[in-house]
Amino acid sequence: MGTTASQLPKELLSEYQELTFLTKQEILLAHKRFSELAGKEDRHHPNPRVPMSKILMLPELKSNPFRERICQVFSTSDVKDGSLSFEDFLDLLSAFSDSATLEIKSHYAFRIFDFDDDGTLDSSDLEKLVNCLTGDTDDTRLTAEEMRQLISNILEESDIDKDGTVNLSEFQHVISRSPDFVSSFKIVL
Amino acid sequence: MDAASDAVFFPAGRTPANNPLLDQLPSYQSLLYRRKPSASGSTKRRNSSRGRFGSLSSSLKWSLGKEGKERPVVTQRPVRELPKSMDNKRKDRAQRMQHDRQLAGWAQWRSSSVRTLRRLREECVEGLRRLQLWRGEIHVIEGMFGTGILSYFSFLRFLVLLNFVIFLLMFSFVILPIIAAPHVSGNTSLNRADGNECNQYPPTSPRGLVLFHQHITDLLSGTGFLERTYLFYGYYKVETIHFHKYTYNLPLAYLLVTVTYLFLSLVWIVKRSATGFKRKLVQDEDRFQSFCNKIFAGWDFCVTNENAARLKRSSLLYELKTDLEEERIKQKMAERSQKEKCRIYMFRLALNVFVLAVLAGCFYSIYRATVYSQEAQMRPPTNFIVDLIYEYLPSIVITLANFITPLIFTFIITFEDYSPAFEIRFTLMRCVFMRLASIGVLLFSLWSQVTCPETNCPCGYNHEQYPCWETHVGQEMYKLLIFDFIIIGAVTIFVEFPRKIIVKYCDCGLAKWWGQQEFAIPQNVLEIVYGQTICWIGTFYCPLLPAINTIKYFLVFYIKKVSLVNNCRPATRPFRASSSHFFFLAVLLIGLALACVPVTVSIAQIHSSHSCGPFVRYNTSWEAVPHAVSQLPQGLQAFLFALSSEAFAVLFFVITCLAMFYVIALAGAHKRVISQLRDQLAMEGRDKRFLIQKLCQAQGSLAGASSRLHRTTYSQSDVGGYRGNHQPASTSSSEVCVVQAPPVFETQA
Repeated sequence: MGTTASQLPKELLSEYQELTFLTKQEILLAHKRFSELAGKEDRHHPNPRVPMSKILMLPELKSNPFRERICQVFSTSDVKDGSLSFEDFLDLLSAFSDSATLEIKSHYAFRIFDFDDDGTLDSSDLEKLVNCLTGDTDDTRLTAEEMRQLISNILEESDIDKDGTVNLSEFQHVISRSPDFVSSFKIVL
Repeated sequence: MDAASDAVFFPAGRTPANNPLLDQLPSYQSLLYRRKPSASGSTKRRNSSRGRFGSLSSSLKWSLGKEGKERPVVTQRPVRELPKSMDNKRKDRAQRMQHDRQLAGWAQWRSSSVRTLRRLREECVEGLRRLQLWRGEIHVIEGMFGTGILSYFSFLRFLVLLNFVIFLLMFSFVILPIIAAPHVSGNTSLNRADGNECNQYPPTSPRGLVLFHQHITDLLSGTGFLERTYLFYGYYKVETIHFHKYTYNLPLAYLLVTVTYLFLSLVWIVKRSATGFKRKLVQDEDRFQSFCNKIFAGWDFCVTNENAARLKRSSLLYELKTDLEEERIKQKMAERSQKEKCRIYMFRLALNVFVLAVLAGCFYSIYRATVYSQEAQMRPPTNFIVDLIYEYLPSIVITLANFITPLIFTFIITFEDYSPAFEIRFTLMRCVFMRLASIGVLLFSLWSQVTCPETNCPCGYNHEQYPCWETHVGQEMYKLLIFDFIIIGAVTIFVEFPRKIIVKYCDCGLAKWWGQQEFAIPQNVLEIVYGQTICWIGTFYCPLLPAINTIKYFLVFYIKKVSLVNNCRPATRPFRASSSHFFFLAVLLIGLALACVPVTVSIAQIHSSHSCGPFVRYNTSWEAVPHAVSQLPQGLQAFLFALSSEAFAVLFFVITCLAMFYVIALAGAHKRVISQLRDQLAMEGRDKRFLIQKLCQAQGSLAGASSRLHRTTYSQSDVGGYRGNHQPASTSSSEVCVVQAPPVFETQA
């Protein structure tokens, strides 16, 4: 698993092909990129984890406002530090790939937007989400009044059972009717 | 199970033992309330309402049952479609393999072959996708600038493909038979000229010593050596081609190909826009989800360019602010007083009159320019440059008009006091109108030149000036197309590039204020739709025009890509991929409709040239069709006549109307069902909240009673704990409520 001998065993490759939405070339490319990130220190470790700070340096994620959330959602680390193993990385790319289903994409989008991990999008989640989108500085933020109006508009549109929060099935329902989502929820390595 | 779930909704009806908790459920309360009006004895309404709930509960049960039954046979869905981490997916897969092994031989074989087939199909799709034109380039653009600009480029790719297919049609049915005829010992019979004055078609340019610059003029305007080639209508003088046993009717083929390419374009565009339109139809109710779409699908995860990301962020902010602003403006508009309204309407009226005046001025100048240019072309050539300018005068005027009017429109619209989104759309509509109408005006002025009054018109058209008027129209279209291409290239090299250089290396305030050229998608789309409309009109007169257009768009793709990457910045107010997709095709459809009018008129109404082209023997081009039909067998003739009779048309119309009404009624019914289900869901939500409240109360009292034992406090944190149970990854809270509620009450009831 070094930078030079970055070859995946054939069985593993076909297994990954079956378990993800990625093609062979994409998996190999992902492996190459991941080995570069992992560097030399972990060469002898069978299943190295790359810390979040390094993943965030990827040009594909660098300008993404949700990059930390993405790492946290896809990380299987026990200590919840957002570090990714190669398989987590493949999971990430698979969810963001061209051929992933709407269901997968919306599921992960929901988890990314659910900042406090409580299973619903409430108004504080939505506020954080909007701030991520518009940029979190004083002159780019919406005023409190605008934010209130916006959140009530969002809830009015998406909160079907009117309980003040957006849950996964409501979210998936809304997303399924949002034409831009599938094309924009994509990361091209 | 059915009884049990019925008991959930009708506890009082089914079970005599009233459950006080269930009676308090909001949904039950409202059910009671609904029943009241008909409580006097008629059970009809009750049954119907019950049927509704019953059907819901039974469908619930069905889905539950299905889920329960399917659990052992989960192989239906591929493992990778499960939102789990790789380890869990692997375990799942192993489990399935295990399960497979237990199956009988045939089932095992079937599941493995299904898997292999799926893999094979994916590889095929992948391979095909790699063959797609410009896949890599479009990928790169998508990565740098996001989906809005991507949609422009994929639209361009679609047009390249469309033009290529039209070219193939023209080539294989019109040009190929002529080329192939001598090689397969086919005889071609030409339309012969018989000395009549209508049949004179003298060569326009003098033969002999031709200066070099004359060649350039010819190449740019389609005259001289280019005039009598496959490029133009006039060259196709073949009437029939006799192969061994079979006679190929070229005029008929020419006409049918024309009809076919127009029809094919229509079908293709409609098919492409159908998906977008369906979506629009579903969510037509007052811009449902516009905010959700912006927030939940607002970020383009493809964007990797730091600059583009910053732009995306500010544009999102801008969009949100304007949308919120718009809502406020709408409120303000509703509160406007009578007098203010009057003033604004007067103002708008005046400005619209002004816009019309501007348009009329533009159209008049196009008309004058065309007439003048036509007259100038009749004169003997004087100077190379001056002649070329005369030739291109209409194109120059059209391009100028299309450059100036949008500036005027954007300036005017600010005074008309519309909402921001409508302002943009309205300006665009005016620009679309301007662009396409200018082609119309040009054609009208050509038409007025070609036709002549009945009295002094022996040939039915102005045969002195235009011995072969179709070729002449073809030349005009050819010139428009070439000029459009030259302008696109020139603007990129001589305007955008210097501008970028100035902005980059000049520090003065003016240059900074001016900024880089924006890559405005609507304007660019208008540009290529304009080119496509010209191509549709011109293909009848200039059969190789689609080929030229294909090459043109092929080059435009690279020009635009270079211009986008090097010269431009993406527009501050970007176009959404979804709305733009529909907009592009709508404009294209308008262009197609516009293109059909002149082609139809010239085929059906105007006398075809007597000196050139395939329709020499006929008065109008369309006569070729009745002529061909009259040579068919009797039975087929009768059938075709029946098809074109009024009786059939009326019948067809009635049937279409009926089908349409049916679809409309169906859509209405679906809408009503949707709104009912929506109410239902809202009700469930209220039930859920109510139950949570009760649960909290119960637990609170329980805790109060047993606090001495447990020394734990239940309170607000308990709600959090309840929510925390919802496994963020696995189930949603509504599922928890809806799916798990029935079993709980089953035991209670």
